[in-house]
This record gives sequence, C-alpha cells and structure tokens, in this order.
Amino acid sequence: MAILELNIDKRLKPILEKVSDPEIPVLSILQMGVVRSAHLFDGKVIVKITPTYSGCPAMDVIGEDINKAMEENGYKSKVELVLSPAWTTDWITEKGRNALAKYGIAPPLDALADKAALLDNKKIVKCTNCGSTNTIVVSQFGSTACKALFKCEDCKEPFDYFKCLK
Amino acid sequence: MNSSLYKYILGVADNCLILGQRLGELCGHGPNLETDIACTNISLDLFGQVRSYYQYAAKVAGDNRTEDDIAMLRPEREYVNVLLVEQPNTDFAFTIVRQFLFDVYHYLFLNELQKSKDETLHAIARKSSKEVSYHLRFSSDWIKRLGDGTEESHNKMQNAFNELWKYTDELFHLTDADLDMISQGIAVDTRGLKGEYYSIITEVIEEAKLKTPDLKYFQKGGKLGVHTEHFGYLLSELQYMQRAYPKMQW
Repeated sequence: MAILELNIDKRLKPILEKVSDPEIPVLSILQMGVVRSAHLFDGKVIVKITPTYSGCPAMDVIGEDINKAMEENGYKSKVELVLSPAWTTDWITEKGRNALAKYGIAPPLDALADKAALLDNKKIVKCTNCGSTNTIVVSQFGSTACKALFKCEDCKEPFDYFKCLK
Repeated sequence: MNSSLYKYILGVADNCLILGQRLGELCGHGPNLETDIACTNISLDLFGQVRSYYQYAAKVAGDNRTEDDIAMLRPEREYVNVLLVEQPNTDFAFTIVRQFLFDVYHYLFLNELQKSKDETLHAIARKSSKEVSYHLRFSSDWIKRLGDGTEESHNKMQNAFNELWKYTDELFHLTDADLDMISQGIAVDTRGLKGEYYSIITEVIEEAKLKTPDLKYFQKGGKLGVHTEHFGYLLSELQYMQRAYPKMQW
C-alpha cells in the first residue's frame, strides 16, 4: 500500500479522497485501492485506475466522477484503466476495512480463512450487526460480484461479505 | 495486422462472450434468487473479461473497428467459440454442468496464459484467473450438491453430463492460428492440459456419486466457425439491438 501512496501527487490526494465507490459510497476510491497513480503532466492530470473485478460496472462511473472532481478543482484530466498488477483485496486500507464493516459489509478475511468460510462453512465471518461469528453462507455471490451473502444465526440479520481476491 | 494473434484472441474471447450471453439469459429466470444472482454475476465477470480481449483485438486489427463491432457485428461463421458454451439452458442441470465443464478448462487455461510472452494477454489472464477460481468453486459445489442430492436431481445431473460430454474434447483442439501463436510463446498449448482436466472432473463426478460418461465419439466445429443449431438463435438475440438500430449507444 505504501508504494501505491507514493504514486499519488500530494496536490491531487485531497480531491481523490472525495471520490467514492458508487456501489459502496462510504469508501473513497483511495481507501478501496483502486487508484494506481495520479500525476500532473504539463497541467494535465493523468489518473490510472484498476478494476476490482473485470466486469465491474462501477469503473465507468468512477472514471467520470474523477474527471468531474478534477474539473471542479480546475484541472483537465484523463483516466486510464490498467490491468496489471491485478487488484487484490489487500489493497483496501485499514480505514477502508473499518468503513466497510460500519456500513454493513464484512471486510475480506485472508485467503485461507476465506476459503474455509465460503466452502467449508466454517463460522468465522463476523456479523456486521451483532458481532457474532455464528454465521452461514446463503450465496457465494451477493449483490455484486465482489461480495457473498451471509446470514447471522443469532440476530437473523442477512449481510454482505467482501470476498478475498488475491 | 498480425492475423494469427487476432484470430487467437477471438478464439479465447468468444468463449467468454457466448457463455456470458447464455448465463445472462437466466437474469430474472434462475431457479431461485441466489443462483439467479450467481449466474448473472459470473456472466458479468465473463463480459468484463471479453471487453479486455476485444479491446486488444481491435487494437491488433489496427483499422476502425471497435470492441463493439467485434462483439456485435460478425456473422455466425466468424465466431470461433467452442460448441460447449453455446449449448442451451435446457434445465439447471445443463446450465451448471456446462459451467463446470468450462470452468475447469478455463481455470487451467488462464493459469497457463499467465506465462504468455504477450504482456496484454498475461495481464488479462492474471486478472481473470482470480475471478474464475470463484466460478469453479460455485459450479463444483452445485455438481456435488445436486449429484449427491435426491434421486431426481441425481438423474438430471447424470443426463446433463451424458449429453454435454461430447463437447469436451474440442476444448483441446488447436487451429492453425493457435499453433502459430504457440510456436511464438504467446498461446497456451491446450493439449498439455487435457490429462489434468479430465482428472479434476472425474474426481468431482465421483464425489458427486455420478458416473463419468464413457464416450468414444466427440463433436467439434465451433473453433472453425461451424456451430450447432442453437447458435443462430443465440446470436439473433445478442445482435438484435445493434442490427435494428446501428451504432445505438446505451
């Protein structure tokens, strides 16, 4: 993550911090780890973003939102999509993970725990409503491709779990 | 233009487009809400991947064609997907067996494509393989659940395996463009994946208490543009909007 932060021009950071993921509005695209780099070249801003999932419909909107935010701050900008290196859930920052949980989406576990939770029905995903780990998978795919649907057996609340992508 | 590379990209990409279209047909028609959402999410992943491939193909073609032209405006004989992915959603057993038979291949294939000397294909493969590992988990899970389920679900699954098995061998056929790209270190020599493919499948089939079909005859043709009778219908639905309202934008 530290390496990624270095690639973002300090003057542009506060602007990008205000652009959110349209599917998860509590999370900025920086916390999400979607911005690969942002630089100023001859007065023009070039922002490189990477998709979380290949078919993520939010990418087009994120691109438009970045351009709009830059324009409001007097910058001309261009958004480029890069595929490599591929995005991983490890790039979601600590603040981002906390924001996810507060919003009602359980943040991703590490790869092994993720597999155990999704495939072997191990009860380790924490309910975002009551904090219990007495939870079960309802569906491996949830409201978007990046999430799975869980249900808490204690408080009976359904919730989303952000799947680990490595 | 590098015509072997262009053809090779389409050979990889068309499988994603056509399977994505088949899964998309289930939007709002899945057997229950969760499988409906899963199938359409997998479809979305495949469409995302196919965009990356077609954008690259358009660049390789070097003329005015766009990713949309490639997806929407080719005649039937120019699509080079394997016959397996165009088979219809006869019932959920067919949908999930088709998915499983393709997912195992797709997963092994993308692992190898990450070794390609072509940087773009390497990057798309890395990105996609993460997604496809989830597809494979999903379909394997359902094979076991339904194969080892009730008598009716067991019989339906066995029937779907028996019917779709003849389309599996084509996954490992190579065209002239494939061979050309293999010799340059760009393409995957799929012949080398065949052993592992059938062994993974057999393992899951056995766990699901099903029988591996014993078949000597296999169907082929899709990779050369010769499709099954289902394909025209699929294509007319896929292309309708662009044919009726050329250059229409969403």
